[in-house]
Amino acid sequence: MTAGSRLPWLVVPAALLLLAVYVWPTLGLFRTAFNEVGPTGAMIEAWSLKTTGEVLADSFTIELTLNSLWLSLSATLIALCMAYPVSLFLFRTQSRFRGLLAVIAIMPMLVSGVVRVFGWLAILGDRGLVNSLAQWLGLISTPMRLVFNWTGVTIGLAESIMPYMILALLAGFGRLDRTLEEAARSLGCTPLRTFLRVTLPLSLPALALAAGLGFVLSMSAYITPKLLGGGRVFVLATEIFEQATTNTNWPVAAVLAIYTLVLLLALLMFSNVAARRLQR
Amino acid sequence: MNGAGPVLSTLAGIVYALILAPIVVVVALAFSADNFILFPPSGYSLRWFQQLAGNTPLLNAVVLSAQIACLVTALSLLLGVPAALALDKGRFRGQEALKNFFLAPLLLPTLIVGLALLLFFTPLRLTATLPGLVLGHMTVTLPFVIRMMTTAFSTLPDDIEAAASTLGAKPWRVIWRVTLPLATPGLIACGALSFLLSFDETVISLFLSGPRASTLPVEMVRYVEGRTDPLVAALSVILIVATLIIVVLVERLVGVARAVGQ
Repeated sequence: MTAGSRLPWLVVPAALLLLAVYVWPTLGLFRTAFNEVGPTGAMIEAWSLKTTGEVLADSFTIELTLNSLWLSLSATLIALCMAYPVSLFLFRTQSRFRGLLAVIAIMPMLVSGVVRVFGWLAILGDRGLVNSLAQWLGLISTPMRLVFNWTGVTIGLAESIMPYMILALLAGFGRLDRTLEEAARSLGCTPLRTFLRVTLPLSLPALALAAGLGFVLSMSAYITPKLLGGGRVFVLATEIFEQATTNTNWPVAAVLAIYTLVLLLALLMFSNVAARRLQR
Repeated sequence: MNGAGPVLSTLAGIVYALILAPIVVVVALAFSADNFILFPPSGYSLRWFQQLAGNTPLLNAVVLSAQIACLVTALSLLLGVPAALALDKGRFRGQEALKNFFLAPLLLPTLIVGLALLLFFTPLRLTATLPGLVLGHMTVTLPFVIRMMTTAFSTLPDDIEAAASTLGAKPWRVIWRVTLPLATPGLIACGALSFLLSFDETVISLFLSGPRASTLPVEMVRYVEGRTDPLVAALSVILIVATLIIVVLVERLVGVARAVGQ
């Protein structure tokens, strides 16, 4: 079999390319974190932990971390509350439009993030849909501030992570056995009680995994905090970008990036352990 | 007890309205006659589409993004499909490790990949160049193509290939005449999705773009940062329609649900 012995060589070009433009630059990022920043702002080649120490000791880093965690937590919880009914609906529905409905649910994934942010500006802006409606109804006299602050960023972020969480929930619902729900119903449980005692506990592992995914995506999101925050919302992602481009302070950007990665890894491990515990 | 039930259907309906809201609002705003973002618009016109036709930076960015997306798709399929074939059909040591290696880039946030590429490309003078942007996008699309095509190859029925080789076809001939033709729907879906991935890629492009070369999403971010008028809405409508056409075509050919690997 000539193909059997020569077939493995077909992975070589792809592997080489990823080594060159993915593995090597990532190693370079770690290397840069050990460099120092001189008094003029120029990068000094070094093998020291000076930059790391300075970044970790900075109170602004702690503020950014808390901002990122709080934003990700609120966006994930909102998205979870919205993704859950949609996923359960898609899992159960027998409509012949199920395929189309699934595509619409993940449509935000297929539409550019900038376009969706622009849509939220038109909905939440001072003269946007929500404020126009509230003023027309006489609920408020001056517009509410809904964008260029944490409110707008949280809403936009929740919407942008939702499709990924719907896919994660749908994948996890495989374990959800309809016969158990039917048994509960036929034994006299009300629909609400069936949901609380059977459906919800069975879907907890899927919920934990979806929440972990949503959290990680929120922590590393840049476009939504940047554009809907209007320069007033500071999170780790926006700071990494600022340091790398506007300030060209690469060592600090690299340290912050690795710091964020470590946080993400810890969070992922936590959500995986939680999912496994819940599965038992 | 079948189907979704009225309570669940209503809840899902409300969420669907929220999912579609930003997109519907953008479409309505594109036909606005106002000078700024006002919703609902005070009047309707096509003036923002006319403005768009005269906006050279945005039009240049459309052309550059399309060029990049075509190159990225062609190169990703050229490198990714053979790799996927080897990973699915071959039996060699380290195969599982290689599969994981090819999935790894999808796990790293594009913010980190973008930063790493900026640090790597700057000394090489590859930032704000076509090759630099193409290579940057391939860190996303190549692992995606390999993952999707490995799944596509593994779900193909084995018996036709087995029949071909029993009838005396050489292994390479089996791949060329049986495996690849059978996988054509998957290949088309994969190509379309990697085109969209590259065309919409924003974060890596933001790190790698400069005045000399700037992709469409980057120009849109700059525009939205600087001023708020309905021009971007008009552009968005064109992009949404183009995306919908591609998605519908792919759905017709293979089904998006299968294409995303569900």
